[in-house]
Amino acid sequence: MADTDGQVMTGAQALVESLERMGVDVAFGIPGGAILPAYDPLYDSKIRHILVRHEQGAGHAAEGYAMTSGRVGVCIATSGPGATNLVTPIANAYMDSTPIVAITGQVNSAAIGTDAFQEADIRGITMPITKHSFLIKNVEAIPLAIKEAFHIAATGRPGPVLVDIAKDAMVAKAPFVWPGELDLPGYRPTIRPHARQIRGAARMIAESRRPVLYVGGGVALAHAQRELAEFVEKTRIPVVTTLMARGVFPDSHELHMGMPGMHGTVAAVGALQKSDLLIALGTRFDDRVTGRLDSFAPDAKVIHADVDPAEIGKNKAVDVPIVGDVRLTLEALNEAIEAYEPPDAAAWRRQLTAMKARYQPRWDEAPDGRLSPQEVIQRIGQLSPPDTIYASGVGQHQMWAAHFLPHEQPGRWVNSGGAGTMGFCVPAAMGAKVANPDTTVWGIDGDGCFQMTNQELVTCALNNIPVKIAVINNNALGMVRQWQSLFYDGRYSNTDLMTESLPNFPLLAEAMGCVGLRATNEEEMDEAIKRALEIDDRPVVVEFVVHKDAMVWPMVPAGVSNDEIRVARDMAPEWEEEVL
Amino acid sequence: MKYHTLSILVSNKPGVLTRIAALFSRRGFNIQSLAVGPTEREEISRMTVVAQVHDDATLEQIVKQLNKLIEVRKVLELGSNSVRREMVLVKVRADVHSRSQVIDVVSLFRGKAVDVSAETITVEATGSDEKLAALLEMLQPHGIIELVQSGQVALGRGTKTLTEKAR
Repeated sequence: MADTDGQVMTGAQALVESLERMGVDVAFGIPGGAILPAYDPLYDSKIRHILVRHEQGAGHAAEGYAMTSGRVGVCIATSGPGATNLVTPIANAYMDSTPIVAITGQVNSAAIGTDAFQEADIRGITMPITKHSFLIKNVEAIPLAIKEAFHIAATGRPGPVLVDIAKDAMVAKAPFVWPGELDLPGYRPTIRPHARQIRGAARMIAESRRPVLYVGGGVALAHAQRELAEFVEKTRIPVVTTLMARGVFPDSHELHMGMPGMHGTVAAVGALQKSDLLIALGTRFDDRVTGRLDSFAPDAKVIHADVDPAEIGKNKAVDVPIVGDVRLTLEALNEAIEAYEPPDAAAWRRQLTAMKARYQPRWDEAPDGRLSPQEVIQRIGQLSPPDTIYASGVGQHQMWAAHFLPHEQPGRWVNSGGAGTMGFCVPAAMGAKVANPDTTVWGIDGDGCFQMTNQELVTCALNNIPVKIAVINNNALGMVRQWQSLFYDGRYSNTDLMTESLPNFPLLAEAMGCVGLRATNEEEMDEAIKRALEIDDRPVVVEFVVHKDAMVWPMVPAGVSNDEIRVARDMAPEWEEEVL
Repeated sequence: MKYHTLSILVSNKPGVLTRIAALFSRRGFNIQSLAVGPTEREEISRMTVVAQVHDDATLEQIVKQLNKLIEVRKVLELGSNSVRREMVLVKVRADVHSRSQVIDVVSLFRGKAVDVSAETITVEATGSDEKLAALLEMLQPHGIIELVQSGQVALGRGTKTLTEKAR
């Protein structure tokens, strides 16, 4: 029993006390009128509050923190516009199942509904993009709401939880009562997988000839990398890892076929398409992975394991559903498959390995001795320490980062997968660095994305958060431009950012208290990367000026079957005719 | 397109109706009717939703998504082994000449007159959707001038209850 139990305190004090009791050590936020009371006790708290420059930055920083620490990220904003600026990161966290708690101030409870100054119904606005939300109007309810919010955010399928607190509830006083056991009769996530389903899955795996492990972000969230590695060693089943799962299984492993999906490798896309058994783990058959659903993996039976029962059967019919924590599921499967010989999949492995060797993601040399974006990203990966954390924005550079960085360890890859939020990189890298101050953190960003949220570099410079940001500057909104090249006859409507003239990225970086560097050829590239790696007392921004016509390959055009994958423009891979 | 009756027990907290309605809207599920009210337990409300559904997979998805809401305690589809009722209040044109005919029709359907004026009669009737439709068809020739119909409420038959499972 803590000595604050029963002590009369304000709601604001109770809020901070509750956050401390939940073990919160960092919060990202900006104060304002309605949340002001909370900032007074926060001033004395041991919680490190990082004053960001925009609430969106607070939200993405909380996500970057959560994704690289395994803990719940916390962001704080005031009512009205402060809260609505959190909407994008909340939506992003919802799509990628990232555990964050967003705390917002609300106008006085008596003023709610009157269109008061800085009033917005943030609970209503975020209802479809939160796992759960609270509107707290009285002081006594604060500790319970905070405890429940953290519990809901972190357990089952993780996700964002909003706690909106009316200003008068923060000002009023009450004895502090910390809740014991939580009573949430409507929230009981199934954690233990059903033994019968496990047995059924083990049998199906043993009988398969072309099995593939389709590994999603849930495996990362469940920290199931060890169990996955054991399963692969036992069964010798090839693996693909989705965008959210990069690093959960090492890229260097011979059975890793790469990332599947619209920009997946031929071997990974082929492994799913030609499979006779998908073992889908913590993944949700997203349209960017499946392409046209009715022609996705047409010959495959499906074992689908997920902690969220609603994902099972949502997009693809399932033969063996397994609801439960994916780590426990893999643990149980590792035991259950002992009863069988490993599947007879030698021919399948040979076929996939051949495809993997033949169709590695690659790029064409850039014209006129200019830099290729792919080369820059690969080089950053080669020169940086092996435990480096990489954050990324959204677009071409994100896909190249997914392919060409060394994804060898879990919890080192921070990106916006489901929502595809441009501007995610800089603040997410900041959050990751705060959670891992002794680890190198690179943000791989684009010139478009960078201009959405770069002001958080001021936050980094002022708070000793020395991230490194690579701005892959191709002067354009590259991914959109790629689509315009391929599907709109090269009519480049509004994708030319003219970043060759403005802004001056190194100058902008310097103005924000960072070191600003620029590289335009290979020699400068290596030099700039090495220089950036040496600097550890300030954030660094390196602008890499790259040629603008690089495209992301392979590609499955939107809305068609994955069989239509192209390894370059108008180039389809050749599959061995041999039917296994 | 088929109709399914879902009985949903929810924690009696502010905003829970919005959550359910918003879920149906966001996921593109159609609500045919919705009725909300208290149960024998103060902390629990019951919502009866009649959903219009294309196929079994959609129905399964609705139930699973509802179950994900923290404040939803139990969801059950009530099939044929249940009692389902709607209520209608209908104002029919009826003067001194036609009044007795209207009342005859209404009593055939075990409805009752709840208000009378010189030119109208207001009728209350309860029953299944089909029964009420038949009643309204019989009243139509007299002239229906105003009508209000409730959402469906339903309970499973037999001794089992949904609320005992909700703990």
